[in-house]
Amino acid sequence: MNDPVLEVEALTKRFGAVTAVDAVSFSVARGSAAALLGANGAGKTTTMAMILGLLLPSAGRVRIFGRDLAAERYALLPRMNFSSPYSDLPQRLTVRENLTVYARLYGLGGVRRRIERLAEALDLGAFLTRPTGKLSAGQRTRVALAKALLNDPELLLLDEPSASLDPDTADWVRGVIERYRADCGATILLASHNMAEVERLCDSVFVMHGGRIADSGTPQGMIERHGRRTLEEVFLEIVRGRGGLGEAAQ
Amino acid sequence: MTGSDVAATAPWRGSAGRIGALVLRHTYLLRRSWPRLLELTYWPTVQMIIWGLVTMFLVTHSSWFAQAAGVLLAGVILWDVMFRGQIGLSLVFIEEMWARNLGHLFASPLRPWELICALMLISLIRTLIGMSGAVGFAFLLYAFSIFDLGFALIGFFVNLIVMGWAVGFFVSGLVLRFGLGAESLAWFLIFALAPFSCVYYPLSILPDWLEPVAAILPSAHVFEGMRALLVDGTFSGDHMMRATALNIGWLAAGIATFLAFFRSARTRGLLHQIGE
Repeated sequence: MNDPVLEVEALTKRFGAVTAVDAVSFSVARGSAAALLGANGAGKTTTMAMILGLLLPSAGRVRIFGRDLAAERYALLPRMNFSSPYSDLPQRLTVRENLTVYARLYGLGGVRRRIERLAEALDLGAFLTRPTGKLSAGQRTRVALAKALLNDPELLLLDEPSASLDPDTADWVRGVIERYRADCGATILLASHNMAEVERLCDSVFVMHGGRIADSGTPQGMIERHGRRTLEEVFLEIVRGRGGLGEAAQ
Repeated sequence: MTGSDVAATAPWRGSAGRIGALVLRHTYLLRRSWPRLLELTYWPTVQMIIWGLVTMFLVTHSSWFAQAAGVLLAGVILWDVMFRGQIGLSLVFIEEMWARNLGHLFASPLRPWELICALMLISLIRTLIGMSGAVGFAFLLYAFSIFDLGFALIGFFVNLIVMGWAVGFFVSGLVLRFGLGAESLAWFLIFALAPFSCVYYPLSILPDWLEPVAAILPSAHVFEGMRALLVDGTFSGDHMMRATALNIGWLAAGIATFLAFFRSARTRGLLHQIGE
């Protein structure tokens, strides 16, 4: 693969006797979008947390922009960002205050102008001065996405970016992610169990099951290889086996 | 513009900017919440009023207190410096856990030592706000000025707030490791040190076997020094030196404990999961 931005090698995480992520390896090329696809508990979020350095791996290695994450984390973090349903922004601060604090944490200049630009792109203008905790789920997702895009990250990690959103808002969020990637050439790693989202946004898919990469490929390539009509059918086949898929169809 | 370009041209880059960002985050919180500001000043002021009345009673019934009327009031104010220093630091950290914000913070370029500096700075601001009411009321109601302690007050204040921070880091580490179920430690753990800190009585009052315990507390030396100044009118350089030397060890131990629990949290996956 040419110029991988993210390389994960034999990444493993054990919590006592439980192996949450088991020798996972994959890489994501510059400017492409990849998905970690899996059921709840498959190890997607744990893998994401290790790529961010929030969680120390039991074994294995993460390289970002060709540099070792464990050794150079603080040189890499300004070039990355993420959003996750497992982390919130302080609810009592207004949207503008939260974005200002994070702009300064990322060492960004032109904070006011940057926030205005994001507010326009993500349609936040109407609630910039409202406390983040008073927003609807859809509005909060847009604010989380604004925080994730604040530093124009070259590597963007999105954990279930459209979870708990209505179809219209989810579609809008996917459009924003598509535009950001097209405009900035960013590399995106998405963790999701939403097949339509993955098919629309991603060039490659890594299906996780039981902490391992059970299969990988392009969405269309996997559909053809498995002889299925949709990525969802491929996913069910991998997770349940062929018989399981048949039972589900009945 | 890429992330690396942004970092290279930013005026807010560097540790000072990140520490300032966290201070700004908690300043926003205080600025928009009058109950929080009231909470900071309420207890120190109420305690000051009660102990001031006790002092007025004792002054008329005890020749010792008649000579050193300010001992209790100074003790109340200075003990609160330590308590406010500790609770200010611990609560600011716990606030990030309540907000489920630790994942965002530690996926940003914020270093742990920058968080440590920010916590101390925010605690200092909160303590100064909290103490202002008590100090003001002591002067208005009882004509007692803590500033009469002179330059020694700076040494007392610094030593007590640093010891408060040391305990605060220890408590914050425990809460990070054991979860928000342990947050009540932030409110009561420091009071276990109060009897040995000898806030309102001389160290010699303690049973012989407890004196070595008090001797390793910087706070006990501060309050001994405070009494020497208020009762005898002498500045005890020995107590100040001991308090300062002990505090270096206490702060180092508190920060080391916090960092050890922080690393444990990264191993256990607590940073991106913990919350209300």
